[in-house]
Amino acid sequence: MNLKPETFQRIDEVITHYPVKRSATLPLLHLVQEDAGYISEEAILWIAQKLEIQPINVLEVVTFYPMFRRAPIGRRHIKVCRTLSCALLGGYKTCETFQQEFNTTLGAVSPDGEVTVDFVECLASCGTAPVVLIDEVLHEKVDVAKAKELSAQIRAEAAARK
Amino acid sequence: MNGPRPRDLKPEPQIPNFPMPAPAQTRVIFKHIDEPGYTNDIECYLRHGGYETLKKAVQRPPAELIDEVKKSGLRGRGGAGFPCGVKWGLVDRKSGKPIYLIVNADESEPGTFKDRYIIHQDPHQLIEGTMIACFANNVKQAYIYIRGEMPEGARILERAIAEAKAKGFVGQNILGTGYSCEIYVHRGAGAYICGEETGLIESLEGKRANPRIKPPYFPAVLGLYQCPTIVNNVETLCHVRHIADIGGEAYSKTGTPNNTGTRIFCVSGHVQRPGYYEFEAGKITMGQLLYDVCGGPLPGRTFKAVIPGGSSAKVLRFGERYKGKRKVGSEMVDYDWGVEDVPMDFDSLAMIGSMGGSGGVIVMDDTVNMVEALANINAFYSHESCGQCTPCREGSLWMKKISSRMVHGAARKEDAALLKGVADQIPGRTICAFGEACSWPTQSFLIKFKDEFEAYAEAKKTLPADRRQLV
Repeated sequence: MNLKPETFQRIDEVITHYPVKRSATLPLLHLVQEDAGYISEEAILWIAQKLEIQPINVLEVVTFYPMFRRAPIGRRHIKVCRTLSCALLGGYKTCETFQQEFNTTLGAVSPDGEVTVDFVECLASCGTAPVVLIDEVLHEKVDVAKAKELSAQIRAEAAARK
Repeated sequence: MNGPRPRDLKPEPQIPNFPMPAPAQTRVIFKHIDEPGYTNDIECYLRHGGYETLKKAVQRPPAELIDEVKKSGLRGRGGAGFPCGVKWGLVDRKSGKPIYLIVNADESEPGTFKDRYIIHQDPHQLIEGTMIACFANNVKQAYIYIRGEMPEGARILERAIAEAKAKGFVGQNILGTGYSCEIYVHRGAGAYICGEETGLIESLEGKRANPRIKPPYFPAVLGLYQCPTIVNNVETLCHVRHIADIGGEAYSKTGTPNNTGTRIFCVSGHVQRPGYYEFEAGKITMGQLLYDVCGGPLPGRTFKAVIPGGSSAKVLRFGERYKGKRKVGSEMVDYDWGVEDVPMDFDSLAMIGSMGGSGGVIVMDDTVNMVEALANINAFYSHESCGQCTPCREGSLWMKKISSRMVHGAARKEDAALLKGVADQIPGRTICAFGEACSWPTQSFLIKFKDEFEAYAEAKKTLPADRRQLV
């Protein structure tokens, strides 16, 4: 399994948090996904061995929880809240705007490889609807104009990197 | 019932009704939220008297602390409103197995966003409350189960725990008493059902979050690793800290009998000032909250409906009257309320057929198409059903399919009745309360807005292009 040395370190540390190794399944999946970008077949086998459980015990967890993915995504992950409070204030338009800005569809990697736009369920910030989680940062009151601004920012960052 | 008695001898106590001005907020749990200059590090918390309550608490016999919480009348703030002291009282202390405490920070009921602010802005309040609860219940290991979608919150908590550990408030030999207790943060991964306590326990054990059947799996007896386990909401544990501070007796005098302390309301949707507001429980009505505190409807609009306690709570319709008898002291008195007049406490909201739940108030105005709103909610529940019980897995999916086809112009004449028929067959037939949670919206929307649903089907109308998109 090809991971950064500090990921291996954190994995060994987090296993000590639990009296039963299997409890570390979710933390390990998070750590591997943050490092490798997604959960590969190899990762499932490796985690199963590490926690002394069957590969199916890991796979069934991966398929149950929406945050784990089996394939790579764009460089940035845009998660737009779909649920009622955000929808009431225009969440669907926000989501459409991001898709148009990056010429992509829900769940797909944009043609430039920069983003994946997803619709997710309630992000627990309904008072500042509509909300969008970009990677690990929550953006509040993201109307169409702000969605365009954020998109421009992402493109500018991408250009600067190149 | 006390038999016939002249009711007019005792006038009904004055319940402040809209449009009187709302009472001032009583900020206890949210005292420092949004306070300029208040930061989430331990030095700031200590400057504001932080961990003083824990220092006093660990000098007292644990049973006394449990008694304080029982006396306080504190009801859980996660949604069910179960008395916290009773929950602690049910813990099996004779089994010889370790007792675990899990902080339920899996805030995911749509419309609810209070715990987020506690975690981000005042994490030490939660840690102090958690440690007091752990000490009172002789817990040696606690976990904070936080939503996967709150990575920043998880980092803040981890840092706060490390700070508290360095100061001797968490970890080995706490404050020199010989008592030890560790806290670890455990991140979820996007599943709503993890907020259900037995589903949460399964998830913490590294499995799919399929809730367990009760009996026998009451967490207080057979919880995490088949050991006695307490699962408490973030806000509840902050109240525990406050109770240990001022005493259960004093706490029980705030709010109203049976609805003690303060409540945090998270208001979202179509109001001028959405946000979080903390009031003494039962001292504010829906009308005061929405019109006075939240500034009323958006310009040119009127309120149409409100969901008072998270999206699974039954919807209430403005303009409708709620009548019945209720207990005030030892008297039964008549009430005749509009939605605006209802006091925002667990019991009053239950009386008019909804619930206080998690305090998430979702407001919809006259621009909202109720079929669309229901289709939005149904999409949520069908996505979040864990899938182990057939009525819920299939029912939530069909409710979504039917309401969604209605919205998209393929409504059939029988759809309104069909929707309700599906919804009526779910509650009571599932392992956990998700069955109720997913059917209540459909049941209540169909009853309260029957006209709209039936007209919709008849007209087979498609929505105009500029429709407010909810699905």
